[in-house]
Amino acid sequence: MKPILKGILAGAAALIATAGVASAQTKTLDTVKSRGSLSCGVNVGLAGFSQPDDKGNWTGLDVDYCKAIAAAVLGDATKVKYVPTTAKERFTALQSGEIDVLIRNTTWTTARDSSLGLIFAGVNYYDGQGFMVKGSLGVKTAKELNGATVCVQTGTTTELNLADYFKANKMTYKPVVFEKLDETLQAYLAGRCDVYTTDQSGLYSVRVQQPKPEDHLVLPEIISKEPLGPSVRQGDDQWLTVVKWVHYALLNAEEAGITQANVAEMVNSTNPEIKRIVGKDGELGKGLGLPNDFVVSIVKAVGNYGELFERNVGSGSRLKIARGLNKLWNNGGLQYAPPLR
Amino acid sequence: MAVITSDHGPARKASLASYLYRPEVRQALYQIVLVVALVALFAILITNTAANLRKQNIASGFGFIDRTAGFDVSQHLIDYDNSMTYGRAFLVGLLNTLLVAGLGIVLATVIGFIIGISRLSTNWLVARLATVYVEVIRNVPLLLQLFFWYFAVLKSLPGPRQSYTLPGGGFVNVRGLYLPAPVPQPGFDAVWLALVIGIVASIAIHLLARRRQMLTGQQFPVLWTSLALIVLMPLGVFLFLGQPLVFDYPELKGFNFQGGMVMQPEFLALLLGLSIYTASFIAEIVRSGIQGVSKGQKEAALAIGLSKGQSLRLVVIPQAMRIIIPPLTSQFLNLTKNSSLAVAIGYPDLVSVWSGTVLNQTGQAVEVILVTMCVFLTISLIVSAFMNWFNKHMALVER
Repeated sequence: MKPILKGILAGAAALIATAGVASAQTKTLDTVKSRGSLSCGVNVGLAGFSQPDDKGNWTGLDVDYCKAIAAAVLGDATKVKYVPTTAKERFTALQSGEIDVLIRNTTWTTARDSSLGLIFAGVNYYDGQGFMVKGSLGVKTAKELNGATVCVQTGTTTELNLADYFKANKMTYKPVVFEKLDETLQAYLAGRCDVYTTDQSGLYSVRVQQPKPEDHLVLPEIISKEPLGPSVRQGDDQWLTVVKWVHYALLNAEEAGITQANVAEMVNSTNPEIKRIVGKDGELGKGLGLPNDFVVSIVKAVGNYGELFERNVGSGSRLKIARGLNKLWNNGGLQYAPPLR
Repeated sequence: MAVITSDHGPARKASLASYLYRPEVRQALYQIVLVVALVALFAILITNTAANLRKQNIASGFGFIDRTAGFDVSQHLIDYDNSMTYGRAFLVGLLNTLLVAGLGIVLATVIGFIIGISRLSTNWLVARLATVYVEVIRNVPLLLQLFFWYFAVLKSLPGPRQSYTLPGGGFVNVRGLYLPAPVPQPGFDAVWLALVIGIVASIAIHLLARRRQMLTGQQFPVLWTSLALIVLMPLGVFLFLGQPLVFDYPELKGFNFQGGMVMQPEFLALLLGLSIYTASFIAEIVRSGIQGVSKGQKEAALAIGLSKGQSLRLVVIPQAMRIIIPPLTSQFLNLTKNSSLAVAIGYPDLVSVWSGTVLNQTGQAVEVILVTMCVFLTISLIVSAFMNWFNKHMALVER
């Protein structure tokens, strides 16, 4: 009788524990480890950030961050389940626990940090909103856009910045709002709008995919700050710390000159800083709940921040975006990581 | 049950048991149990959701409705700009939904009746064309049709600077259909007044003529007098007052046409897509309704000396309507609900503005979706209540 009774009690306890409320407190790190894969929310398709290729493999800056986290936690960068989300669905996907982390060129704002139950772990791309027009329109600056029709995607900070910019400059405009990037772009290309607006990285990404990129002009004005970064659910500090330090590991690796090519040799380095980074010295990984050589796994999988930037959106890609604000702090950029020590 | 006293316990218990065995008591009991269970289920759902939201630090409640929206909407029937509230944006979206659904229902009914009657035409070509229309349109998914109307048609139109000019000062281009907007001048109110008087008088004449026909059997040309009253009288007043109406013509200024009135391509594509799609179903309903009236009815009508038109108008259609109206209601509801596909082609309807942009800016998915569902439920219930009333009105009155 006793084991049966115990079983029933345990079952009841489990039922109560799992019933709704408790689910918010489960530890994401443990869940990811026991599941053996990372569920990563990405964009449905934005060249350079996250896009499936013709064989169904996801590539891009955001995708490489998913891979880096999987490499750090599971030691295998291929153990990622990519969940494509639209601008509209992304936060619900994270809140409901469908995804473990949202890395979808998402702007960090106060409202998102405070009222959506999520928290940003860092900035993996410093961006700003810009405008793209057809060269044939003869417009050289955003100040000449009075009365223009603007195509924009719903559910983005873009929609609000747009309203603010035109209001501040005492200009009028007509928005045409779509749910998906594809339709927004189609409408712009069909001439429904004079202007297509989104983050500048997105503009370059879209421009390079056109048969004649030179027909489209990205206007010089940047009308907003768009720090894009990964976000996680609130109330799980351990997981937040992991995501944060994966980002910092990528930056620190670049700063220390550890690359995908030389990481195998660096493991045997005698430099004390590098010894700490590769996990030969100290127990930095253990404290985070990760293997001690998690930085090595990350760099082996995706390279350091500089490498993945150049490969996905920089000089090594079709987008050819200059690093600008995304340079390391000691090169005049904003990317600065606390030391790994 | 607690009031049962011990001394006549057994007797009362027996009667209680027999009471419980009575079918109507049992039925009531089961229903009460079901209702309690349902209420409990919803209570658990609601409290659990609220607790989860609190635990995850997600804002809840409807406080956001009074906050500034901060975004713009391209088509608004009421005054709106980005300094107004989310509540106002909700109204803008709702009105846009009602506009497209209302016009869509009218247009779909008209097209549907024409096609449905054409399918029964004795003209081989007309009947075949109607069949092709029905089979093609109703078998292609609506979303694809909307994309077709929006993107395929949009792409073939010229830019603003190469617009097609329409007779009478209108323009068509990729930005929409620009028409001169009528601007009433002082005194135009009299024309409206004449129109209202005309309509009221027509209804009165209709009622009087009916009574006269009942009493004496004499007929009165109601249709022609009504037309004269509703069309000619306001027109006469309009001309007499010296045409108090000017037109505001659209003009190309900068990027776009300014002035006049504009129908956006999103609106036109959605309206056309919804109407044409739903019309294919309505056509079938109309056809089956007319065919459902037995042939004998028509022959009898002709036999008592009614003309072909009269037999159709007085005998066949009233009976067909009884068959047509109930399924027609479903189609109207479908059209209203399908209007939420607007979001795919950028028409700012309720789903696009409210459960698209507002949901995203506030992040309060539960509240926003709940409101959206309630709105669609309310609209649908109103439409079906009206159609039920209409159905009752049209039903066979046995004398």
